[in-house]
Amino acid sequence: MSEPAFTLPGHRIELGVDEKLRLDCGVALGPFPLAYQTYGALNADKTNAILVCHALTGDQFVAETHPLTGKPGWWDLMVGPGKPLDTDRYFIICANVLGGCLGTVGPKETDPATGKPYGLSFPVITIADMVRAQRLLIDYLGIDQLFAVMGGSMGAMQALDWAARYPDRVFAAVPIAGAARHSAQNIAFHEVGRQAIMADPEWRGGDYLLHGTRPHGGLAVARMAAHITYLSETALHRKFGRNLQDREVLTYGFDADFQVESYLRHQGITFVERFDANSYLYITRAMDYFDLAAEFGSVAAAFEATPVRFCLISFTSDWLFPTSESRDVVHALNAVAANVSFVEVESDKGHDAFLLDEPEFQDVLAGFLNGCAEHKGLNAT
Amino acid sequence: MNGTTSSIRVDLQLIAEMVAPGSRVLDVGCGDGALLQHLWKTKGVDGRGIELSQAGVNACVRNGLSAIQGDADTDLKNYPSDAFDYVILSQTLQATHNPRTVLDHMARIGKRSIVSFPNFGYWRVRFSLLFGGRMPVTENLPHQWYDTPNIHFCTIRDFVVLGREMNLQVERGLALNGGGRPLGLDPAGALANILAEQAVFLLQRS
Repeated sequence: MSEPAFTLPGHRIELGVDEKLRLDCGVALGPFPLAYQTYGALNADKTNAILVCHALTGDQFVAETHPLTGKPGWWDLMVGPGKPLDTDRYFIICANVLGGCLGTVGPKETDPATGKPYGLSFPVITIADMVRAQRLLIDYLGIDQLFAVMGGSMGAMQALDWAARYPDRVFAAVPIAGAARHSAQNIAFHEVGRQAIMADPEWRGGDYLLHGTRPHGGLAVARMAAHITYLSETALHRKFGRNLQDREVLTYGFDADFQVESYLRHQGITFVERFDANSYLYITRAMDYFDLAAEFGSVAAAFEATPVRFCLISFTSDWLFPTSESRDVVHALNAVAANVSFVEVESDKGHDAFLLDEPEFQDVLAGFLNGCAEHKGLNAT
Repeated sequence: MNGTTSSIRVDLQLIAEMVAPGSRVLDVGCGDGALLQHLWKTKGVDGRGIELSQAGVNACVRNGLSAIQGDADTDLKNYPSDAFDYVILSQTLQATHNPRTVLDHMARIGKRSIVSFPNFGYWRVRFSLLFGGRMPVTENLPHQWYDTPNIHFCTIRDFVVLGREMNLQVERGLALNGGGRPLGLDPAGALANILAEQAVFLLQRS
């Protein structure tokens, strides 16, 4: 096998071996590695599996100390014994997305055809491609129907795509802080991030790995700009106000005088240690291309006669994926009389609220899953 | 009577009795989901709720019920025709902006509609206005005229006449007292219009 030994926790499998994965861009990909992590145990009937889909810069380390950053998993609050995604009851699966940089094939992996990192020769992937790859994983695990598929932000896009593409493979779908399409404003923010990366001379036309350089400056700026969109003005003001960073007076220079500047710089610097710049380009592109209506004719048509039980959740202060986006999906689901719940959670924490301690959100998610378990006849294991 | 049955309001129990087991139900103005929960537990009903208050919706979903935040006046138009066996509107008709449009949509979306509402022809109401000269405030209608969410009151007779105009056939009707217990009167009769504090009707397109 040409792949280097996998040194991260979790699993890594080869997919697309017998039959290559046909991507939206026309490329047939395979065999390719896919890395995933699981928590809890799959029951004998294989009916208790929940696929968690991570967001743009998330990864498969949902509920454990992150192997690279040493920080808690991104959904540690949500996943574990007795938590809403109760690992005593459910089998939690999370795969690093196609195009990612923590074990699944992406631009930083070695192209078996050339023996060099893919770089920009990696095919452009879509949310649907990510979902198709995840379906191969679910097939590999022998799971006929996921009990639930869920995720926030880009994870919500994947959850919606799962429900639209494979309605019989999903009992319930929980798109959180998401949308059926990426808005013009969100594409615009992504473009700023991509241009920042590509403007960094160390990016080297995407071949930085061959040159032994890294576009850390550009990637950090991309992260800083994006991070602002994940918060809210209220949250920023509460956290930082106009407070100065380790100083009593303004310096009349361009140091990080303000705490908010220092915070953003820290966000940028720590991000580049764990994330690949080209992955950032590819995954933001996948989000930009996401538009269920474009593929299915309309959002309602994507869910015609769907048996899936939906629960959409949005947050009042999320301006990146505002409540109106979720509500549009709900209206489309109503138009086909789908079984849908929709909860808007009061929070001033912005888009990132889905990652943070929001008791109302946790109660709603736990309640929805309990209700689904009752309807599916899923007993506690 | 088991605990689940006795824990919900009497008028909700009467509505539940009109619903066939295993059917599909849309509860418009479902509150915290008491009726939906009761229908699911006792009749295996596949229920959905629409509720104006976010707190009510969240309570429903926390309890494993399907519900969305929405408004009877604006959101019923999104639903396809014949999507449900029953559409229920319990004590909400008088709070809608366009009761006739709401009833129209209910009749379109559901094979049957169930509507309960307070009777403005109730003798105490008439008495209050006639002799007190004030807008009536009763136990079931506790609001003052200036802060009431109830903007389209009707009497039972008004409702029956509108139903006739809309070609809605009354399959069952119950005239109820303030506690929600049936009075045993002809619901379309003159006596019910005076003695009943509220009413429930099961309607079908004719």
